[in-house]
Amino acid sequence: MSSTTDAVIQDLAAQKYKYGFTTEIEMEEFPKGLSPDIVRMISAKKGEPAWLLEWRLKAYEAWLKMEEPTWARIHHAPIAYQDLYYYAAPAKAAPKSLDEVDPELLRTYEKLGIPLNERAALAGVAVDAVFDSVSVATTFRDTLAKAGVIFCPISEAVREHPELVRKYLGSVVPAGDNYFAALNSAVFSDGSFVFIPKGVKCPMELSTYFRINARNTGQFERTLIIAEDGASVSYLEGCTAPMRDENQLHAAVVELVAMDDAKIKYSTVQNWYPGDADGKGGIYNFVTKRGACRGRNSKISWTQVETGSAITWKYPSCILQGEGSVGEFYSVAVTNGHQQADTGTKMIHIGKNTSSTIISKGISAGKSNNTYRGQVKILPGASGARNFTQCDSLLIGDQCGAHTVPYIENRNASAKVEHEATTSKIAEDQLFYCRSRGLSEEDAVGLIVNGFCKDVLKELPMEFAVEAQKLLAVSLEGSVG
Amino acid sequence: MTALPTRKLEAWRFTDLRQISSTEFGAPPAMAAAPDLPDLPFPRFVFLNGTLNAALSTAFAYAKPFAPVREQGAQPMALINAANAKDGINIEVPDGVDAGEVLLISQASGATPFAFHPRHRVTLGQGAKLTIIEIDKGEGVYWQNALFDIDVAQGATLQHFRLQQESVEAFNITSIRARIAQAAAYEHFTLTLGAKLSRTEIEADLVGETALAHLNAAQLLGGAQHGDFTTIIRHKAPNCPSRQTVKSVLAGKARGVFQGKIEVDQIAQKTDGYQMSQALLLSPDAEMDIKPELQIFADDVKCSHGATIGALDEEQVFYLRSRGIPEADARQILIRAFLEEALEPVTHDASKAIFEDALESWWGKQ
Repeated sequence: MSSTTDAVIQDLAAQKYKYGFTTEIEMEEFPKGLSPDIVRMISAKKGEPAWLLEWRLKAYEAWLKMEEPTWARIHHAPIAYQDLYYYAAPAKAAPKSLDEVDPELLRTYEKLGIPLNERAALAGVAVDAVFDSVSVATTFRDTLAKAGVIFCPISEAVREHPELVRKYLGSVVPAGDNYFAALNSAVFSDGSFVFIPKGVKCPMELSTYFRINARNTGQFERTLIIAEDGASVSYLEGCTAPMRDENQLHAAVVELVAMDDAKIKYSTVQNWYPGDADGKGGIYNFVTKRGACRGRNSKISWTQVETGSAITWKYPSCILQGEGSVGEFYSVAVTNGHQQADTGTKMIHIGKNTSSTIISKGISAGKSNNTYRGQVKILPGASGARNFTQCDSLLIGDQCGAHTVPYIENRNASAKVEHEATTSKIAEDQLFYCRSRGLSEEDAVGLIVNGFCKDVLKELPMEFAVEAQKLLAVSLEGSVG
Repeated sequence: MTALPTRKLEAWRFTDLRQISSTEFGAPPAMAAAPDLPDLPFPRFVFLNGTLNAALSTAFAYAKPFAPVREQGAQPMALINAANAKDGINIEVPDGVDAGEVLLISQASGATPFAFHPRHRVTLGQGAKLTIIEIDKGEGVYWQNALFDIDVAQGATLQHFRLQQESVEAFNITSIRARIAQAAAYEHFTLTLGAKLSRTEIEADLVGETALAHLNAAQLLGGAQHGDFTTIIRHKAPNCPSRQTVKSVLAGKARGVFQGKIEVDQIAQKTDGYQMSQALLLSPDAEMDIKPELQIFADDVKCSHGATIGALDEEQVFYLRSRGIPEADARQILIRAFLEEALEPVTHDASKAIFEDALESWWGKQ
């Protein structure tokens, strides 16, 4: 590696987190720690029905009996679960309109470039913004309501549409599914609820910005998206977080349900605080995301651009139950500094003629470790199932690691499974070619990396594509070589 | 005795040893006759129920007496082997010597279940050469738990070709640990046809520059057979190539497993690792599980793996049928072509002939 490259890497490693600012607003906090009482307090605070409290308590019981998973290639100091706050919300009551929203909060969104007011209309984006735990503003409710679409905080859905929530909550990710999902089920504070009724094509792309703000506050979002027969929706999730010294735990659960001919596209840009140059601080992102293709010819598509967090533990999955259903997973994961990412997907083929596509691009730089971990499972009933997997890794610098751990299990002879993986560094001849055309080393690397990720980036909705490419550039600017 | 590993261990998640742990294995009975020895003009070691038979074996200049070794590792199968090992080959080829070929034959047969734990040691000096042709056969219920410790010094080449044709009621677990020095090579091929449950596990450490490992295998399984080929290649020095082609053909309710891990240390720049694993499922009840794994800590490397599982390509079958070839024949031609590629790495003619005969007889039984 050339000395210029070394210098560039040094520069980039020294780069400050661009979104590192905190908002000083009054927080209402519960006592530290986790106990049945805290679970009851959260539930009472939200005025939840008895069945939901019971569900939470059951999840808590299950969590107590479980052990934190250790199979992922991540290392961190033990998490002191009793030292965390399990509920934090802006102190004021939920506002009825934008005018009532704390101006300080709105300014924060502005800094982050969230199109919450007029800009949202232009961008055609409805935003259910989650500030720490309580949804504070929701726009475009009218347009959506006219189409029959329900898009609201899940706590509101519990009150307004209890039958829907009760029917689907935990039906894809059961309360005791895994350690972090159980924790989330016990203490989830808020999140988004989306219901697209039969035959409705959601008139706009739905978007939620998550933002971790309160010090020492675990974030436990819960998202539930249901698309009935013939419905379709595209959902955007983006995250930035203020600079922090202490690690923050984030254990979200996302559940998607697609019935006959329904389509759900779920896109994520994740840029949480990755920790400083010494690997100190940063978000722990332990997320369970799963979609159930229950109906015939249904389709669930996950697209993610993961550039942030100190630790990412995330496996958006598809259960392909309906005949002819389709699962997709497109992922770019970039790690730099001391970041650790262990991410991938699971495609469980149950129904006939189900198909899945997995495209994963991992880029490791600095002293980071980036692992693709995925499973493709074809069950005996999945005749004619089809899977194609490609996972490519790019290494930048000799202090980082790139790992691939795919599990491929086929129990049906008529199914066809293909898997390819490659690991390489940026080819010298490609770099030389770009440089001979007058590009700087850094631009050349940016160009090549963008090309490397193109298969995934082109899957992003327009609203995200620009942001994602910028993020990629920022994340990699400092790490190329 | 050390407990057998369970499926809770990641390395054993696809292979369940409860069939072994639930069987009561006695001491191996004495066995006199060894039918069906291959007619090849090479020195031979013939083991009957795990014990070297001097009368059937021939002299080999570089053979040393069996010497039990203290087990340093913590792997359960190696510990069990060490605790029970009573015999095995111990070969030391001096520097610069081409020792030619040796046959390593294991025959097993008994009325009641028994177990034996051969412990083999093969050491090649600098620039030395050796080809081991190993054939495992038998009848009845038994468990062979073999272990090989292999050391290939600088510039030396060891070829190791194995035909595993154990009784279909038997169990065969073979663990191989190879240390490969600078510019040395370990070329391995296993053809798995026999045993109710078998596993070949190879750990190959490439410890010197341009050391080479070829770990290839083919498995043809039917009935309720379970065949597992598991490898770990550790690239611990720069410029080392490793190559793997693993092909499985699964009929009946057979289950095939391939786990292949390639580890590249930070120092191992210019590593060139390639791994391909393909499986043909010939029946609705067959199953294949593949876990190719890359763990890479060096940036200037070229590592790739590919895996495919599927049935015969109907388009190819159609192509042949449209040329007037009956369907059954067309399928046979395609399966043979699939396997032909698996045998390509076997560059040793006499060994290749053994494998081709074995494939022929397997085919005849289907």
